[in-house]
Amino acid sequence: MPPRPVISFERVSKTHGALRALDGLSLAVQEREFLAVVGPSGSGKTTLLRLVNRLTEASEGVVRVAGEDVRAVDPIGLRRRIGYVFQNIGLFPHMTVAENIAITPRLLAWDKGTIAARVDELIGLVRLDRARHRDRFPHQLSGGERQRVGVARALAAKPRIVLMDEPFGALDPLTRDALGRDYRGLHDELGLTTVMITHDTLEALLLADRIVVIRDGRIIADGTPHALMREDRDPYVRELMQMPRRQAERLRDLTIGPPP
Amino acid sequence: MTGLDPRVAEALARLPDYLGSHVLVSMTALALGVALSLPVALASIRRPALRAVVLALASIVQTIPGLALLALFYPLLLGLSALSERVLGAGFSALGFLPAVLALTLYSLLPVLRNAVAGLTGIDPAVNEAALGVGMTRRQALWMVELPLALPIVMAGIRTAAVWVVGTATLATPIGQTSLGNYIFAGLQTQNWVFVLFGCVAAALLALAVDQLLALIESGLGARRRARVALGILGLSLVCLGALAPTWSRPQARYVIGAKTFGEQYILAALIEQRLRDAGLSAARREGLGSGVILEALATNGIDVYVDYTGTIWANQLQRDDAAPRAEVLAAVAKWLQERRGIKTLGDLGFENAYALAMPRRRAEALGIRSIADLARAAPQLAIAGDYEFFSRPEWAAIRSAYGLAFRAQRQMQPEFMYPAAAAGDVDVVAAYTSEGRVAQYDLVVLDDPKHAIPPYDAILLLAPRDANDRALPDALRPLVGAIDVALMREANLRATGGGGDSSPEAVARWILEKIGSRKDK
Repeated sequence: MPPRPVISFERVSKTHGALRALDGLSLAVQEREFLAVVGPSGSGKTTLLRLVNRLTEASEGVVRVAGEDVRAVDPIGLRRRIGYVFQNIGLFPHMTVAENIAITPRLLAWDKGTIAARVDELIGLVRLDRARHRDRFPHQLSGGERQRVGVARALAAKPRIVLMDEPFGALDPLTRDALGRDYRGLHDELGLTTVMITHDTLEALLLADRIVVIRDGRIIADGTPHALMREDRDPYVRELMQMPRRQAERLRDLTIGPPP
Repeated sequence: MTGLDPRVAEALARLPDYLGSHVLVSMTALALGVALSLPVALASIRRPALRAVVLALASIVQTIPGLALLALFYPLLLGLSALSERVLGAGFSALGFLPAVLALTLYSLLPVLRNAVAGLTGIDPAVNEAALGVGMTRRQALWMVELPLALPIVMAGIRTAAVWVVGTATLATPIGQTSLGNYIFAGLQTQNWVFVLFGCVAAALLALAVDQLLALIESGLGARRRARVALGILGLSLVCLGALAPTWSRPQARYVIGAKTFGEQYILAALIEQRLRDAGLSAARREGLGSGVILEALATNGIDVYVDYTGTIWANQLQRDDAAPRAEVLAAVAKWLQERRGIKTLGDLGFENAYALAMPRRRAEALGIRSIADLARAAPQLAIAGDYEFFSRPEWAAIRSAYGLAFRAQRQMQPEFMYPAAAAGDVDVVAAYTSEGRVAQYDLVVLDDPKHAIPPYDAILLLAPRDANDRALPDALRPLVGAIDVALMREANLRATGGGGDSSPEAVARWILEKIGSRKDK
């Protein structure tokens, strides 16, 4: 018997007027899976993510979280159970780092002591410095530090599911790499189920257990990084994998010399 | 304190009253404006159509000049008061506080509304998205994210509104609301520049203080320093309490004396007040009331007593454009006032303050002008100056048609500036007043009115309907009836233009009382 999916899309369509963002898409995300969703801009990636915590409602089809049709679940409670890391970070500029991290526990009415302890724990978890960062405001942080806070905020209420919308896109390559690896560590350590949208194929290949390629609201490829790097039936997927492959070959040439 | 200019001393003596009323009216209006604007701004965040309508309306209000807006509320409330009197059996005073608060409230709407809307709609969409994404309800997003982020901009709007309202409240004087504007209006009328300056500085300081205290609250909210916010609120409360305490603790005056917007009226109001004080009656003055406002104020018991002129009522109320002998006009006016408005005419003071056309003596002689009939020939080459009312009054229409007058130019000015303007040759003819001391001072000659186109203007003491059966008030004022001839009033008016310490209306009124007393002794 296959394991029960944590998130599933069953023939889901989403239309915005004449525009069809998703077109009868079906997808199941397994527990503890790290799924990366790649595709060109406008392919429906963000819509897919927003359907999970009901920031958007499906036009057709069913979205399930932990087996339940999300339309039957209170969206507010649903969102508090699911961590969300936003594309443009979206920290509350008038709140300190600690207050930003504490927001969902506060909404869930945890008691103050528990929240404070949890905030300290998370600051450590995302490798920020408690003394230096706890009472800073977002505008006083670097881009990388800010997104670390964004990750900490998403994890604060101990969600089982984390949704990430191009979380590291705006960061410099070094910071992006460090944050990506740190997050992957947290994902494994905390036993999370993660859906991450990215337009960086290399990032997807290096971080995810499984990659889904979306184009025009449909899945055109779905497999492990290993599988996608090898089989290339679809011309777009082929092209998508071409660049990291070329880079890898070039790097290999640089480090161990060209193949004989 | 010795050596203090008596005008400064007088200004300081009036400060508690003027400042208290000013703070009361402007802070009430500001509070109402904020209380009204914020919910409207909130309701319009997600309704662009409503937002457009509301902002357009508030902008239109803002384009109405402050004085006009204040003036418009008076007839509006008068109508409402009459309606409520008919329907509910109880009216309210359309004078003073109510119209001033309403007009100033309207005035405060735009800055608060515009800033609140800008602050609430200008929030980064990513932040709004995050608020929903972390699991806030709409209400929680509003209270925890949108409002705190919009707050600095909202506060900036409140500060703008506060400065506007405190400044504009000085214009509430002509509709009967005491304010720091009383200094300015009175000073302008009696050429007391110390008063004008005092009023301006006091209003500016008040605006500055309120603005700075609000700024303190704003910065405290921004930096989330509770102490700073508390300090700002404490300061504002102290300003309000400090300004209002004397007003509350002072006993209500038994009688209210009205005065129009020119110097002679300030003197007569001071004179009436001193008579009442001498008779042991408490009295307060409401000065600078518009000519149209003051009779309504008396008829609706907003004030108890003031001095008007028979010709004014004859022309404006009885709608007569002919002239008649003094006694006839006086009788007709008194009868009309009693029958139509319930106003009692106690008697005439003994002098006339008629409109008269006057010219510099030398110019009149050079042109060979002695009467208005002579003037008609030369008028097309001449310029005439009158006060703000004159050219729209029926008397002017009557003179013009009787003599076929057509001037090259006509200019409206503050009466105080008319006479020097004529003496300097800026204008050739002025619509002067016969009790005006400056006619002689500037060597003007009053032109004859052979066709009797100008009605008589006897100064008469009028009492409000509610004082119809009162004994103390008429008893205290009766000694003034017939006691002031035109020579005395002219000299009194001239004294008031002196600009020195003995030129205040109070000093001149004391001087008149002494003169009357010494005459009776003879």
